[in-house]
Amino acid sequence: MSLTSTKADGAQIVTVNAERIDAAIAIQFKEDMRSETESGPHRVILDLSAVQFIDSSGLGAIVAAMKQLGGGRRLDLAGPTPMVEKVFRLTRMDTIFNLYGSLNEAVAATKT
Amino acid sequence: MADTFACSFTATELDARSGISLVVKRLRDFNLPEERVGDVQIALAEAVNNVVEHAYSGQATGDVRIRCDLEREQLWIRISDAGPPFPDDQLPAGERADVSGPLEDLPEGGFGWFLIRELTNRIHYERQNGNNQLSLCFELSTLKGS
Repeated sequence: MSLTSTKADGAQIVTVNAERIDAAIAIQFKEDMRSETESGPHRVILDLSAVQFIDSSGLGAIVAAMKQLGGGRRLDLAGPTPMVEKVFRLTRMDTIFNLYGSLNEAVAATKT
Repeated sequence: MADTFACSFTATELDARSGISLVVKRLRDFNLPEERVGDVQIALAEAVNNVVEHAYSGQATGDVRIRCDLEREQLWIRISDAGPPFPDDQLPAGERADVSGPLEDLPEGGFGWFLIRELTNRIHYERQNGNNQLSLCFELSTLKGS
């Protein structure tokens, strides 16, 4: 799994450099998210714009990544492709996460 | 005109990923609309992941066989495995997971059968000659879950 992490305007941006977050990668994704976000800003933005497909294991791993942030920190999602957005919508997880159409939108929301 | 193809792979997570990607590639060759290909990919991945996780647990891993039949406006995908049958020969109900509780209680799984039922138009399951045969039907003239 390849994650890259940067900081912008007080938020940490974690970019997923993979086309799929599926059963084969879900556990590693969760662990990699843990090490990337062990410490850092209150707000973490997960950039999903490269992800073309997510299954229920991948969805569960993103939920786990949010829960393991703890301490009132939050995980926002940026740039979901239509299929990724659909999985969040069908499972009602779109009511749990803030979803932004693009990374720029998500970063802009930090400032307000 | 009918289009048919079949493939099989070992029931491991990585082989399942390439198997699912192969099926998706063939469906695109059938000129299915991209959104419908997406629905099929989600439902198929959940069904195949269930086989990998449950059907062959506690025994030697076997094969997953997939057969797709596209006829007129219907796509049938049959997924077969040689694992034990579903409990009581019944498919899971697939209720939507409850996300209304506090954050720390949010479900991290249990979405699979809900997604399969949400994205398919018909589901048929039978146990035949020691094999599970799960058939998922997608009506191509309508979009589900949109």
